[in-house]
This record gives sequence, C-alpha cells and structure tokens, in this order.
Amino acid sequence: MPDLPERKVGIIACSGEELAVGTVTRLAALKVLHEVRPGKTVTICLPLFLAGGEGDRAFARFHPTITVDGCELRCAARGTEMYSGKPTASVVVSELAAKNSLEHIDGRRRLNEAGQKAVELTTERLTNLVDQILATKPSAESLISITPVPVKGAR
Amino acid sequence: MSERRIVSVIPCSGIGKAFGTVSREAAYELCENLRPADTTLVALSKLVVGDQDAQSRVRTNPAVTIDGCKLMCASKLVKHSGATVAREVSVLDVFRRHKDLKPEGIAELNDPGKELARAIAAEISGGLDEILAETAGGQHA
Repeated sequence: MPDLPERKVGIIACSGEELAVGTVTRLAALKVLHEVRPGKTVTICLPLFLAGGEGDRAFARFHPTITVDGCELRCAARGTEMYSGKPTASVVVSELAAKNSLEHIDGRRRLNEAGQKAVELTTERLTNLVDQILATKPSAESLISITPVPVKGAR
Repeated sequence: MSERRIVSVIPCSGIGKAFGTVSREAAYELCENLRPADTTLVALSKLVVGDQDAQSRVRTNPAVTIDGCKLMCASKLVKHSGATVAREVSVLDVFRRHKDLKPEGIAELNDPGKELARAIAAEISGGLDEILAETAGGQHA
C-alpha cells in the first residue's frame, strides 16, 4: 500500500497589526502550532499566500484550513477564499470574546490580561476545530478537486 | 496651506520566522514610540482584501514597507494596491550590518531581536523627514 502524506491542518492568522485582536490571532496560531498540536498543524504565512506563494496556495487548496481573524473584516478568511478555496472553518476573535463576555482586549504590541485570556480562548477553539477536522474523513470533493498535472509529451 | 503629510508604515508580519516578528516590532517601535505624529500603521491583510480605509491611507501617503524575508511580500502587495513605496526596508539587510543581533522567537522575540527591531525603526526614523520633504510637492494623489 502506498504511503500517503500525513493529513495536517493549515492555520491562517490575519496577524492584523492595527488591533490587539490581530495580535491575539497570531499568538493563538503559534501556540497551537508549536505547543498544543505540533506535527498536526502548519501555519500558512498570509502575506506570502496573498503575494502569490504557490506552495502555500496549493497546500490550502488540498488540505483543510482554519482561518483566524481578529475582527469582522475577516481578511484571512476572505483572502483564503479569494486565492485558494473556502476555509474548512473560521474563527473571529472579537465574536468569540463577545460570546464569552471578555471585554477590553488591548495592547497590540504587548497584550493586556484580557488579551492573554483571549489567546487562551482562541487557542482552545482552534484546537477543538483541528481535532474535529482530523477526526473526519477527507471528503470525496477534496480528492477529486486535484488538478491533473499535464504529462510531458502526452497528447 | 497644504495638508500635513504622514507616512504609512506596512510590515509583513510574516509568521514563519523570527524576522517576520522583527518587521512587526520595528513598525510598532516607529509608529508608537519614535514618530507617532508622522506615521500611520496599516495592516497588510486589510490592504490586500481591498479595505477602503487602508487603500486610501497608502494611496494618499508615501509608504514605507518592512519585510522579514527576501520575498518582500509587503513591498509587492503595497505596489500592487496602487501605492508608491517611498522606502522598502529588508530586515535581512539590516541584520547583515548587525550580525550580533540574531533574532529568535516568533511569538516572543529575544532581546537581540528586539534590539534589531529598534535599530530598524531608528534607521527609518532618520530618513523620514527626507521622505516627507520629497513627497510634499504633490507626487501622490
């Protein structure tokens, strides 16, 4: 039986520089990648993805992805959809914080206590989504959507 | 009387290497500590998905981009959005001149990484008046 590549989940954070919730997305994505689910996740660099990084775009086309955005503009989710495909799941930190009555997230450079709690909350949400996605069999659609590579010399 | 100009600062904030975090930290140092009255920080992702506020800020002001790797994503994407890049800064170029400041840590930069970010911000700050003077003649829309 052939060895199939291990299924991993791509996490795409907006890393928005203007707002503290943007910093939350970045830190939560890194926490999942390095501490909570190493080996099962990869992060996709959003600027590279948007600037035309073919490797990152191809990964996002054929592997499950979770976008994590700081605010309702949802730049990571929209960018992923524009250049690759609809993300498997999306998280918006401002909505998650509101649902959990977490207020006054501040400190885009150095997060305050509420910001750090938001990182924990977002990490937990991302981890649950990663586990749910990896527990699900890949859909037939994701398998047949692979574009065939033209064979040199073939008619 | 002409409108007062400011400079848009756009870091790549790349998430794969510590150099991306240095770009982000340098932008904060410049915009929050060194030149808050002369700069505005613009989130790259907003610009690329067509946010009108972000696009207007980079099109009406000279832009300074700070990139963490040789792919220069911030510079490319700012140019693609129709803005003029007055100065493109490569973290790697500055690092070559400060080899003792090796950045480590993506979520939390080590002390040399923070020092490298401060050095980059100081360099940009030093050239900011020149950029503002050059563009005061109305080169930008």
